[in-house]
Amino acid sequence: MNLIKEMASRDRVFDFMAPARSPVDVRHGPILYLEDVSVSFDGFRAINDLNLTIDDGELRCIIGPNGAGKTTMMDIITGKTRPDHGSVWFGSRHDLLTMNEPQIASLGIGRKFQKPTTFEALTVFENLELAMAADKRIWPTLTARLSGEARDRIDEVLATIGLAAHRDRPAGILSHGQKQWLEIGMLLMQRPRLLLVDEPVAGMTEQEMERTAELLTGLAGQQSVVVVEHDMGFVRSIARTVTVLHQGSVLAEGSMDQVSSDPKVVEVYLGTESDNMEDA
Amino acid sequence: MLASRSWLSRPFRERSTQIFLGVLLAALAAVTLLNLIVPAGHPLHVSTYTVTLLGKYLSFALLAVALDLVWGYLGILSLGHGAFFALGGYAMGMYLMRQIGDRGVYGDPVLPDFMVFLDWDSLPWYWHGFDMAWFAFLMVLLAPGLLALVFGFLAFRSRVTGVYLSIITQALTFALMLAFFRNEMGFGGNNGLTDFKELLGFDLRSDATRLGLFLASGLALALGYVLCRAIVASKLGRVSVACRDAEARTRFLGYRVERVQLFVFVVSAMLAGVAGALYVPQVGIINPGEFSPIFSIEVVLWVALGGRGTLYGAVIGALVVNYAKTVFTGVMPEAWLFALGGLFVVVTVLLPKGVAGLLASLRRRRDDGASETPAQGASS
Repeated sequence: MNLIKEMASRDRVFDFMAPARSPVDVRHGPILYLEDVSVSFDGFRAINDLNLTIDDGELRCIIGPNGAGKTTMMDIITGKTRPDHGSVWFGSRHDLLTMNEPQIASLGIGRKFQKPTTFEALTVFENLELAMAADKRIWPTLTARLSGEARDRIDEVLATIGLAAHRDRPAGILSHGQKQWLEIGMLLMQRPRLLLVDEPVAGMTEQEMERTAELLTGLAGQQSVVVVEHDMGFVRSIARTVTVLHQGSVLAEGSMDQVSSDPKVVEVYLGTESDNMEDA
Repeated sequence: MLASRSWLSRPFRERSTQIFLGVLLAALAAVTLLNLIVPAGHPLHVSTYTVTLLGKYLSFALLAVALDLVWGYLGILSLGHGAFFALGGYAMGMYLMRQIGDRGVYGDPVLPDFMVFLDWDSLPWYWHGFDMAWFAFLMVLLAPGLLALVFGFLAFRSRVTGVYLSIITQALTFALMLAFFRNEMGFGGNNGLTDFKELLGFDLRSDATRLGLFLASGLALALGYVLCRAIVASKLGRVSVACRDAEARTRFLGYRVERVQLFVFVVSAMLAGVAGALYVPQVGIINPGEFSPIFSIEVVLWVALGGRGTLYGAVIGALVVNYAKTVFTGVMPEAWLFALGGLFVVVTVLLPKGVAGLLASLRRRRDDGASETPAQGASS
């Protein structure tokens, strides 16, 4: 009887009736929450009972040897790969396992791929225009006109990523580093709550790396940023918290100093790259 | 409404579209004047035969524009666009058949001749309604549109792209050809639909009707071009290019790639249907030959030759190749296929961006001034 009363109550909003794009609920702290996630491909367990929590506004670096499951983890969060079991929550309201890629993207999870993929035939400005948070259904896209506000927002992001001078040039003629920044800019246009960045400095020059570090640390705080990176020097220069993945699960977590002195970590991963560590 | 008017009016503010429309309308006016005013026998006179031929080219040009929309801007190489063209043509043909009435050879007031010949005693259900022009013209859009909708929905949902998609479009048109060849289908079998008398009450053999059809084809090409330009110049057009170049990336930006593909594909199929509907009354016949895979591949050749991804290049390609075809098949019919093949080889090797690419590079060179050496323009 009570149940019926409750169901009939006029001011009750059922979760499934709430607008799809309801704000992400981070009152309980974490913005991203993975629990007991496992996935295997042809018997190979790429992710093995992975537990991971990212707080709102955090900048987190994830390191691990090749095959540790870093990219697979990104695939699971963005909906590209479905885990065999486990749960993945965005805030405390959105179960990412029930959503497809565009839905997850429109919730505010942006992903930067390892290889920069921009739309090379379009100009830098147009790349950012397409990435802008907007109604992305067919008809609104067909009839869309760029408002002054949107134009300002694009110019703002152009300034942030340092490509204002290349505004009207096709993205195809940009250098490798510039394409990486453009792609980060495209993610920013979506005003994401969570940025997933896969190996941002691979193939960059020293100067470009510094610029990228500035860019990423500047972004944290306004949004949560998860960086997967191999380059230890770069990780040390930006990281506050580091998570080490090994064989699909978390091996260690903590500050760079804590992690790099952990004997388990040294054994499986850093040991092989200890020279690299000394340099950093 | 205001917003939708603005996306449709955008092409009229573009210089390239203004030039295209100017040239097209001037050509239409010139042909009309040379046909009507200049007396027959004068060297400048354009005969009604030529007018109809040009009208046929214009309907092919519209088909090429429709194909360029999906191939040039969306990256979907359809090798089956002839199917949509033929379906539009059959819808028009069915209307023209019903217009014959009791003037057919067998004099049956309702049944077309081929049905009387097959001893059918009543009209199949899908022939009903085609005696009304509005219904038939609606079907010219809906029949290809629905086929594209169902086919595209299935193909794009399962993310079939690239070569595989090209192959199944080819299979689609081939399957339809085989089906339409069958007498039991009720579309006249391998003879198709022919022996048309009149369209909307106008005698199809009269010179005035033929000129009218030519002008209608030109107008349809102009409108189709503007519509495609409006789509291409909109944000949706840029999203299409994004789907073409980096499909996964576009999906991550939150666009429903398969819906963009479906929308553009259906619009393109409808334009192809209109082209087919204009083609049929001018050539006086529609048969399953239009479904043949070779025809669809030829359309791709027109677009490649004119320059993919420019729209006006598709028009140039369709006109040039079809004019060459008419000349060659008249002078030495056995050489035509070699000429077509040769033309294609020359274009792929020397003009990878087609005639339109050549024009663009000439214009660039003019803008850059005469400082550059002119010899390597074509390949740049």
